[in-house]
Amino acid sequence: MQITVTVNGVERSGDVEPRTLLVHFLRDELGLTGTNVGCDTSSCGACTIHVDGQSAKSCTMLAAQADGLSVTTIEGLADGDTLHPMQRCFQENHGLQCGYCTPGMVMAAVSLLDENPNPSETEVRIGLEGNLCRCTGYHNIVKSVLACAAESNGATK
Amino acid sequence: MIPASFDYLRADSVDAALAALAEHGDEAKLLAGGHSLLPLMKLRLATPSVLVDVGRLDDLRYINDAGDYIAIGALTRHRDLEISTLLASAAPLLSHAAGHVGDPQVRHRGTLGGSLAHADPASDLPAVIMAMGGTLLATGPNGSREIASADFFTGFLESALAPDELLTEIRIPKLDAQGWSFQKFNRRAQDWAIVGVATVRANGSTGVALVNMGSTPLLATAVMDAVKSGASAADAAALATEGTEAQSDINASSDYREHLARVLVRRSLEESGLA
Repeated sequence: MQITVTVNGVERSGDVEPRTLLVHFLRDELGLTGTNVGCDTSSCGACTIHVDGQSAKSCTMLAAQADGLSVTTIEGLADGDTLHPMQRCFQENHGLQCGYCTPGMVMAAVSLLDENPNPSETEVRIGLEGNLCRCTGYHNIVKSVLACAAESNGATK
Repeated sequence: MIPASFDYLRADSVDAALAALAEHGDEAKLLAGGHSLLPLMKLRLATPSVLVDVGRLDDLRYINDAGDYIAIGALTRHRDLEISTLLASAAPLLSHAAGHVGDPQVRHRGTLGGSLAHADPASDLPAVIMAMGGTLLATGPNGSREIASADFFTGFLESALAPDELLTEIRIPKLDAQGWSFQKFNRRAQDWAIVGVATVRANGSTGVALVNMGSTPLLATAVMDAVKSGASAADAAALATEGTEAQSDINASSDYREHLARVLVRRSLEESGLA
C-alpha cells in the first residue's frame, strides 16, 4: 500500500506492506538509521520518535498508521550543524555511555519538556520511565534534561 | 518481530468501521492505538487477516459532561484522560490511574476504548471503570446498547462485544466522591500491575475492583458488602480474595498475589478515607 508521511518536515512516500512497522519504514526505506530497535516489544524506548509532536515507540506502530501524519526522528532535531538544545545538553553533560539508547532518550526528553517545561528531578525520572539505558547511565541523562530545562527557562548555567 | 500478513483498512467513520466488521466477521480486528494488539500480533499470538484501523475517528475522542454522567469517546487517549480538567474534578480516580498506564509513549497512543475492548485483566483502566460503576456503549449494525462494566468482561481477553460491534463511548456516573485510591504494585516502573486495586467511595457505597486477580478484572464484592455493613478497612480487606482466581506466573505465585490483594485493598480503603 502507498503511504505518505511527513518525516522531519519533508513528505516521504513509500510502498509498504501493511504489516511494516514504522521503525522499519524509517530505517530500511528512508535510511534514517538514527532511530534504533532495542527490545522490539515497546519496553525500552530506543525507537522513540515523535508523531504529531508527541513521543511514541515506532516499533509499536504500523507505518500505515503514520500515513498522512507528521513524524520527527532524531535526524530532524538539529538545525543544520547546530544541535538541538537537548542534544547539546546531552553532549555537555555526558548524558550517554554506549549511545544506543540516546536517540530515543533525547526524543523522549524533548517530548517531556514540551509537556512539562520545568520538571523536578523526580518528574524527569518518572517522565523517562519508558526509556531504558542498559549502561545504567541514568544520572547524567537526568542531569542533561534538567540542564536543558533550566537553559530554556532562562536560568544561567 | 513482524506481524503475520493482513489486509489493512482505515475507517473514516463509525459506519465504515461497522461495514468492514460486517463484511469480514471474526477475521477482522479493530485497531485503535495499537498498544495492546500490535504486540500480540508481533508475537503471532494474534493473526487477524484484516485490520480495521479506527485510530483516526476523532469524532470518538472527547470527554464531555453529559449531565448525569461523564461521556468519554472510546478513542480518547490515555494522555487525554491524564490531563483532563473535567476528569480531575469529576473522576479523579480515572485521570490519576490513566497517568500510570505504561509510560508516556504508550499513553500518547493507547486509548481508553482499546484498553477496555482488549479486556486484559492486568490492565489498569478496566478495573478503574468497574470500581466507578461505568457503562460501555457498544454500537453495531442495529444501533447502540449500553453494557454495565460489571457485565462487560467475560473471560481472558474476552468481552461482551459482538464481533460486529464497536465500543464507542464510556459513561462514568457523576459520583460525589468522598475518597478514592489507586494502588498499583509492580517491580519496574512501566510494568503491568502484579496486582492493582481501584477504590472509590461515594454516595454511601464503595466500589473496589481488582487488577490481575483472575481471568477478568473483578469487583471485590465481599469487600464492598463488608464496607457497606460498617466493617473497618482491615476487616473488609481480609475478604479481598473472595471470588478471585489469581494465577501464578513468572512475576508472582497465586499465594503472593492473594497476599498483595489483601494488603493493597486495605491501603486503598484507608487512602480513600475509610478508618
